[in-house]
Amino acid sequence: MTDQETELARTPLDGLHRRLGARMVPFAGYAMPLQYAAGIMAEHLHCRAAASLFDVSHMGQASLEGEGAAAALELLVPGDILGLKPGRQRYTLLTDDAGGILDDLMVANLGERLLLIVNASRKSFDLAHIAAALPAAVRLVPHTDRALLALQGPAAAMVLARLDPGVEAMPFLGVAERQLAGTAAIVTRSGYTGEDGFEISLPAEAAEPLAVALLAEPEVRPAGLGARDSLRLEAGLCLYGADIDTTTTPIEAGLDWTIGKRRRAAWDFPGGGVIRAQHDDGPARLRVGIRPEGRAPARAGTKLLDDAGAEIGRVTSGCFAPSLNGPIAMGYVASAFVADGTRLAALVRGKALPALVAPMPFVPHRYLR
Amino acid sequence: MPETRYTKEHEWVRLDGATATIGITDYAQQALGDLVFVDLPEPGRTVTAGDTCAVVESVKAASDIYAPVAGRVAEVNAAIVEDPSLVNRDPAGEGWFFRLEGVAGVGAELMDEAAYKAFLETL
Repeated sequence: MTDQETELARTPLDGLHRRLGARMVPFAGYAMPLQYAAGIMAEHLHCRAAASLFDVSHMGQASLEGEGAAAALELLVPGDILGLKPGRQRYTLLTDDAGGILDDLMVANLGERLLLIVNASRKSFDLAHIAAALPAAVRLVPHTDRALLALQGPAAAMVLARLDPGVEAMPFLGVAERQLAGTAAIVTRSGYTGEDGFEISLPAEAAEPLAVALLAEPEVRPAGLGARDSLRLEAGLCLYGADIDTTTTPIEAGLDWTIGKRRRAAWDFPGGGVIRAQHDDGPARLRVGIRPEGRAPARAGTKLLDDAGAEIGRVTSGCFAPSLNGPIAMGYVASAFVADGTRLAALVRGKALPALVAPMPFVPHRYLR
Repeated sequence: MPETRYTKEHEWVRLDGATATIGITDYAQQALGDLVFVDLPEPGRTVTAGDTCAVVESVKAASDIYAPVAGRVAEVNAAIVEDPSLVNRDPAGEGWFFRLEGVAGVGAELMDEAAYKAFLETL
């Protein structure tokens, strides 16, 4: 074991990952499985075909409790949180005064409290940022003693229903407290793959028994961060720190839809003025999907060129898409180049490779609708 | 029977007279994972030992392949460009990368099989 590895935090499933032959890598301060023996390609395709189990316990979980919790959170996000009904979950953004994105997060209304799920790399920042903005009556309670599992894929509902009959009736973006293999868990019907599926928050000590029980189902195989990344990219979903960060706004990122209808009447959230101006006038650049021709992936940082060879944008995420057997990418391009089918070039190792602006998701979402 | 030598970057080189065949080791293909793209050097190009000669890409990352010896690119393996997974399946055989001609010899820093195996134990 290297010195670096000893400093990494471990999730409650660390021992299970190692027994399953995972290749562990550092990610956001945690030792996380990049892949198991099957490899990224097989893990990715299995998730699209059946069901995959991901350990996402590195992500931050916290409850926002007390009178006025939803109104307090609205001071920090452009989403409609007051209008989020009990039993429902919503994707939203923490923005800064310049309109930049501090993080993206999921907010679920559990009735007596809001459950927040934030990115691992941002959780200490987010929790301090949120706590600093709260009135006296609202408390932010971090759940450092909980694990988070994601079961994703077309067979996920059928499999989870064997452990918890009735769970298959949950709606897309629903949240409920459920009994899973004898453990009280908070289940959401959501995920980060573009497939139907669930995320399951449960006490750390209950995580391994549940993971083992799910992996014993014939449809379920483990999947690591590698497949998680290629799956979300095929689904056109943003990765914080790559596709969105404080230098990008919700409008530039094409996340206008996260701004609640009521919120865009008042623009009363951090950066509201900047974001409103971009919304009204159109942004100077926009996040788009990109399909390079041929097989060479265009990775993050790749320059995007127009016909004349001038730089008109950059790739922010790129990989080889196992479902499409070809490369895909997303990135920001100047507003004149955002139309689907626009011809660009991606500068890969000094060669200008032809590429097209393409609609996202690259692979159609199969959420329960 | 030409002897195979290895680099610390996990390339293998098989020298037959003045012609060297180059590929990557089983350790390398395992570490890289499923290969999805291979870029090979132009035939006729003259390379010196240590030059970046080829690129392999997995789903997630790109890696450079270096020339273990000096020579002129005589031939490249088009089969791995068509089907990069051939490198994963048979790295020491059908998954070879390119051949160099006019090779004067292999450097003393290249390892024989026993030394390479010992080197892998240290990783």
